[in-house]
Amino acid sequence: MDAILLQILNGLDKGSAYALIALGLTLIFGTLGVVNFAHGALFMIGAFCAVTLQKLLNLSFETLDETQKDFLGNPLKVETPYVEYWFGPEVGATIIDWSVPLAILFAIPVMLVVGYVMERGLIKHFYKRPHADQILVTFGLAIVLQEIVKYFFGANPIQTPPPDALSGSVDLGTMVGFDPNAIIYPIWRLVYFGFAVGIIGAVFSFLQFTTFGMVVRAGMADRETVGLLGINIDRRFTIMFGIAAAVAGLAGVMYGPLNPPNYHMGMDFLVLSFVVVVVGGMGSLPGAVLAGFLLGILESFASTTWATTTIPGINQIIIYLVAIIVLLTRPRGLMGRKGVMEE
Amino acid sequence: MLGLNKKDTSLLIVVALLTLFAPFILNPFPEGSAMAQFNAGYPDLMQRFVIFGIFAIGFNILFGLTGYLSFGHAAFLGVGSYSAVWMFKLLSYNVIPAIALSVVVAGLFSLLIGFVSLRRSGIYFSILTLAFAQMSFALAYSVLSNPKFNLTNGETGLQVYADDPQILQGANSPDLPHLFGLPMRATYTMDVGAWSFDFNAGYYLCAVIMMVVFYLAIRIFRSPFGMMLRAVKSNQQRMNYTGLNSKPYTLAAFVISGMYAGLAGGLMAAMDPLAGAERMQWTASGEVVLMTILGGTGTLIGPVLGAGFIKYFENIFSKINDNVLHSWFAFLPDGMEDAVVFLIHPFIGKGWHLTLGILFMLVVIYLPGGLVEGGQRLLKRLKRKKTDADDAPSGKTEPAE
Repeated sequence: MDAILLQILNGLDKGSAYALIALGLTLIFGTLGVVNFAHGALFMIGAFCAVTLQKLLNLSFETLDETQKDFLGNPLKVETPYVEYWFGPEVGATIIDWSVPLAILFAIPVMLVVGYVMERGLIKHFYKRPHADQILVTFGLAIVLQEIVKYFFGANPIQTPPPDALSGSVDLGTMVGFDPNAIIYPIWRLVYFGFAVGIIGAVFSFLQFTTFGMVVRAGMADRETVGLLGINIDRRFTIMFGIAAAVAGLAGVMYGPLNPPNYHMGMDFLVLSFVVVVVGGMGSLPGAVLAGFLLGILESFASTTWATTTIPGINQIIIYLVAIIVLLTRPRGLMGRKGVMEE
Repeated sequence: MLGLNKKDTSLLIVVALLTLFAPFILNPFPEGSAMAQFNAGYPDLMQRFVIFGIFAIGFNILFGLTGYLSFGHAAFLGVGSYSAVWMFKLLSYNVIPAIALSVVVAGLFSLLIGFVSLRRSGIYFSILTLAFAQMSFALAYSVLSNPKFNLTNGETGLQVYADDPQILQGANSPDLPHLFGLPMRATYTMDVGAWSFDFNAGYYLCAVIMMVVFYLAIRIFRSPFGMMLRAVKSNQQRMNYTGLNSKPYTLAAFVISGMYAGLAGGLMAAMDPLAGAERMQWTASGEVVLMTILGGTGTLIGPVLGAGFIKYFENIFSKINDNVLHSWFAFLPDGMEDAVVFLIHPFIGKGWHLTLGILFMLVVIYLPGGLVEGGQRLLKRLKRKKTDADDAPSGKTEPAE
């Protein structure tokens, strides 16, 4: 029982990332009808927002410390980050320590702007072109974004540690009555899961309970009619694109401590996220979230030693297998609606 | 000739001449001169031109004719490579059985994948093929390389070892891929003055095979079958409403293009007896899509052009470094020289993928027909200028669809 619970928990962090990326993909697809192959790149850019902020906060200047001497008797050079100089050593150190959560504040405006520029500058011109063209141009864009990041940050993964307070592990088992040490779980994964649930909740309530969200939902159902009613639906959809980009970006920001960001992490997640969207049902937001968590958990179950000894390598292919089975038996996916993407 | 009309015959002859004299054409600069780095006439690169040409021709039969965008064609290429290397391991280093098996196995594999994937169309088809290809990659990379059942040799890549059976390997036949005793690496170098030209056995084998499959592709394009595939692209629904089942046609196109990919993979292994899983990764599938689009989707010569273009510039761009740039722009004032080199620096050397991505986006945005369409537009513009000079401009002469 505790083993099962542990595997479910293990699947949650990847599942959260899948769910967030798939949610953004579905938002873009549902509103603009565009298949965005560059969405993984947005996830990656988000992660590199955290890297950038961490680097910015660690910018430091050198001073000569007269009290400390090196072995030749010269005064030691001490690097002091500007942040510590401005806010005092203790507050400064805390700020640097919390750079990843702080990057959320930094990433939101950046991602909104990136999404806005992407939609206005490129995707806008592809609404009327065939889906194949949309796939191709966003695929090209993904390559370009990836290479730009590689140019500035190099090809190696960059460590983005979580804050000290959240970096340990917690014994969850004792809280629900299992033996101690049965379920030990890193805190940051819990934080990530909670964060993902929060974002998903925020997006859904934004769509459900605000006037803006209502208009967007109406536009998703029938874009033409909403336009005829005198509402500038294009503008709202552009904003939705920005929001979708921000969701992917935030997923990336918080994912850094789980897996050090590198320039191709977006591509790695993109393929799986597409599979998630298709399994969940193209154009269905709850489907994307559900499928994201389900596939994440499934992957974690397939990675247990029992599964990998029964069928070697099952953890590598399980998601694709499931996707193929789902597509063939339930072509619309788990929660797909009729008439979406069926020529 | 050969059942082709005049235009296609001349195209075939032009391509044949180009591939035949490629060692001359690709080596226009004398050895040792400053421009020698733009030469592409060495065996390894020429083989790649032709092999990726075959791959792209095959991909174009599916994508160009039926409009089904497969994102998983590299899987067939990889399967072809693996089967060829297995032939080397089991039978002998003769390339004929290896290439034959790679085509057959890739055909069967694509039949299986096509049968499943073609149940859906549009974006679903792309994602299904992508999923299959990634699954094949994962299978080849880790699953099928466990000690009990080692089919792919995982990360190291499949290669021939001394203790492999090679039951048909003769005592005195060469110890590397050969065609009835003629090693694929055999190269005859001809020196003409300052120039030197390489004639490589492997290249000519690939070139002959490419001519054959190019001819086949022309026949397919011009056949009633090809017409049916075009009909699928323009309006599949209408075709189905007329009571015609389009599935066998699309499946046939898928299998044919899969066999082309397998052939390319087999040739790749024949040139260098090694097969690795990275050939199946989805970026490799993306590459063939890039080649086809860049050259011109649905045209005969486009994919070959695109493959040559990408492979040539990949090679050239990777070679250029800052020193070369400095020598080029040495005529500029110092500060300006540094600035220009600084601006170009991200796009060369390791930045080739950035250039490729930008180029690809520009092509998709402004020139959906690829290089072929670009050439046609250029010709038309030149012609129009001429007619403008001759007499009053005539109206648009394109036939209505």
